[in-house]
Amino acid sequence: MKPPAPVSFFRERFGLDDGSLSRALATALDGPADAADLFFEYTTRDAVVLEESIVKSGDRHLSQGVGVRVVAGEKQGYAHSDEIDAQSLVLAAKTARAIAAGRASARSVAVRGPGAPARDLYPVGRAPTDAPIAVKVQLLEQIDAYARSRDARVREVLASLVCQNRHMLLAASDGSFVADVQPLLRLNVQVIAESPSGRREVARQGGGGRFELGHLLLPAYWQPLVDEAVRLALLNLEAVPCPAGAMDVVLGPGWPGVLLHEAVGHGLEGDFVRKGTSTFAGRLGQRVAAPGVTVVDDGTLPGRRGSLNVDDEGTPTQRTTLIEDGILVGFLQDRLNARLLGVAPTGNGRRESYAHLPMPRMTNTFMLAGHDDPADIVRSVSRGLYAVNFSGGQVDITNGKFVFAASEAYRIEDGRITAPVKGATLIGNGPDALTHVSRIGFDLALDRGEGTCGKDGQSVPVGVGMPTIRIDGITVGGTER
Amino acid sequence: MIDPDRVRHAVEAAKRAGADAADAIQLASESVEARVRGDEIDYVKQAREHALGLRAFVRGARGLATALVSTSDLSHAAIEGLAQDAVALARATTQDPDAGLPSDGFARDWPELELFDPHDRDVPLDTQLAEAREAEAAARAVDPRIVNSEGTSVGSSFDAVAYASTAGFEGHYEGAHHSLVSSPVAAENGSMQTDYWLTAARRRSALDSPASVGRRAAERALAQLGARRVPTQQAPVIFEAPAARAVLGNLVGCLSGGAVYRKTSFLAGKLGERIASDAVTVIDDGRRPGGLGSRPFDAEGQATRRTGLVERGRLASFLLDVYSARKLGLRSTGNAARGAASAPSVAPTNLWLEPGRASLEELIRSTERGLLVTGLFGQGFNAVTGDFSRGARGFWIERGERAHPVEEITVAGNLADLLRDVDRVANDLLWLGSLGAPSFRVAQLTVAGDSA
Repeated sequence: MKPPAPVSFFRERFGLDDGSLSRALATALDGPADAADLFFEYTTRDAVVLEESIVKSGDRHLSQGVGVRVVAGEKQGYAHSDEIDAQSLVLAAKTARAIAAGRASARSVAVRGPGAPARDLYPVGRAPTDAPIAVKVQLLEQIDAYARSRDARVREVLASLVCQNRHMLLAASDGSFVADVQPLLRLNVQVIAESPSGRREVARQGGGGRFELGHLLLPAYWQPLVDEAVRLALLNLEAVPCPAGAMDVVLGPGWPGVLLHEAVGHGLEGDFVRKGTSTFAGRLGQRVAAPGVTVVDDGTLPGRRGSLNVDDEGTPTQRTTLIEDGILVGFLQDRLNARLLGVAPTGNGRRESYAHLPMPRMTNTFMLAGHDDPADIVRSVSRGLYAVNFSGGQVDITNGKFVFAASEAYRIEDGRITAPVKGATLIGNGPDALTHVSRIGFDLALDRGEGTCGKDGQSVPVGVGMPTIRIDGITVGGTER
Repeated sequence: MIDPDRVRHAVEAAKRAGADAADAIQLASESVEARVRGDEIDYVKQAREHALGLRAFVRGARGLATALVSTSDLSHAAIEGLAQDAVALARATTQDPDAGLPSDGFARDWPELELFDPHDRDVPLDTQLAEAREAEAAARAVDPRIVNSEGTSVGSSFDAVAYASTAGFEGHYEGAHHSLVSSPVAAENGSMQTDYWLTAARRRSALDSPASVGRRAAERALAQLGARRVPTQQAPVIFEAPAARAVLGNLVGCLSGGAVYRKTSFLAGKLGERIASDAVTVIDDGRRPGGLGSRPFDAEGQATRRTGLVERGRLASFLLDVYSARKLGLRSTGNAARGAASAPSVAPTNLWLEPGRASLEELIRSTERGLLVTGLFGQGFNAVTGDFSRGARGFWIERGERAHPVEEITVAGNLADLLRDVDRVANDLLWLGSLGAPSFRVAQLTVAGDSA
């Protein structure tokens, strides 16, 4: 039987057959190990960047390598190499084994498994990195001209398009054997506007996902993104200082879902839970959010930036409910932490590349829709903040404190949205913040495909989403009383 | 560890493929990294990596068009293919009158920079694991309330860099990086706090003792127990050295030539002007012996040097690579940095805020009421306007003493105002990596917490 295309890719390029994989795994397992896996990666990436109306550079990068992991109890040995051949593989396996240490107990390993994921969430005809550079250059030139045509106050446009195609193959000692090809597109637009008085402001918008490049090249895709960047830059020219202190905040739909990512998401990752360093450890079944709040992590949404057919340990991704009607019901697991906690992996074992150990990570994390009219939610606030765009956040999972920085926000006065305010950081306490959610809109939206999450020095693409919600009494880090 | 013939070959291959100019950088590293929690190993990671980046320029009527390619496949055939790709890519991009290699300013000779100790290669992994266990044990021994740990990470890497360009410069050097980071967890009355401390150096002999790192991390985590918010108000703020370093990091981005010529820095156009109080002097020095940011030449072959950036409050220089210097009509300061897969861009080498005379305790004693910030988090900083708003933790100061720990608050203001309002700089210059800062005090910022 002909192997699935992603598997053949590695066989043909690196001459790896089932025999060499089995031998490497057997070498890795030759000790007191519980499990071993091999992770192969071959990633091509190209990027074009425009500034000052010039596409100043075209980039093309190739990264390839293999990581061998041996797990013994809570201990992991990892060796990686950017040379992929049978010899380096066995050498890496020996190193990983020696690291995980101990007595010998030879074991044989058969590599089986289907070879291909059970589904394809991102079928693309041609890899985005195979498209000619000229169409990518042309897109950025169109974006530049379009942005400048929108308003005379647009002074500078910075645009970039990054296309990536990642081939991965995972073979593990439990027989898991799967390969996948993961395309990823990311378009960024930054607009700098200047008022006649000389005030300058910047705004950024991004979008993308795992879909055909042709879709991203359509004006119907990129023009709204550029319009939004221009609108925000001009809006920022009018922004007044942000109020400071605890107040009621209405968060708009979509990207503000970064709140969930920081306030609860990281604290529900299985490694922190197992080690007891997360403030959410041991709170399963307890109330951590207001009634009506349901939060899920879903790696199975077609074409989305945070989605994967299988995670980087070969586990199919899934939809995991984390908080149901305000009660904590689930954690995010990779294989190691699932095994040590005696639960099933949830398809959240991810790594930045072959040079990194997998860890429990989020995919697309969002809150399900409620029943309230978003306009009513705003009207319900007498004095507060309406925040609709954010530039990112951070959390201390041990004390639960999280921050996220607003890039578009307005004052709410007597139930009406009034002046735009300068960017401010919102700060809160993870296990507590969602218990103050008092209204949930019916307008669930996901972000445009721009999220990147960092943990322990590893970056992975993620998605977030949320309907409009109201949170009572959260601290807004502005400058005005 | 590295063969300089490879970069020369890449540059020559680019010329053969039709490039008018080219440069290549090769990076190789051998590293080991491990994390220990309590007495147990969490993971150990070993790696050998190498990559080559090639930049090719093709001349046209309006200047040079540029492409950048990289690979971790360093075979002869792969490099030939890479060169062809680079030239084809460059032909598809736009010509830029300011693009191109430097014609002078190259490093000729350099002093011994003490970038590594060859004996450190022989240190067995077990020694480093034992050091990590020692840090963990020292942290636990500080107080029974140290109940857990996110672990102590130890790591060593030996790196080599080779660079060649058609402008005639060739060079290579080696360096090492060793570190130990400890993150214990303190708990009391059902709430937990963590903090970290670290030591990092080019030579193992220059590292702080593992026990001192573990102890200091534990003391910081313990001190934070029982933290609470404070009312929203304007107050004097002391940034303790680690937090001062984070503020300095924001300033560095604004001093970078790239942000300046793009006018995405609030310091654009302010060269020679007063931008800070007299107490503020900021220096970058790429040749500090043993410095984690030291290197004999930068990613464009330019000689590294000492550059006064802010001199007693006056903006004396930006940090510049060749391109940003051309855009601004200035000369490179030898601050180009790049990875194999990234174009040169501006980065500091060893950059620090010059210390003052008073101790941190004197700064605290002379503050009637205010905030001592020991840690900042979040990315709330706008380089274009200088506006910042960041999450903070630390201590509330009453009558010149630490009254209680605080958390879940923000400090906000504008970096331009902050720099002018720095009224005292302490003598406790702290290097964490290649950025160094002493504690300093700012006359007034907005602290947001509870409703006033």
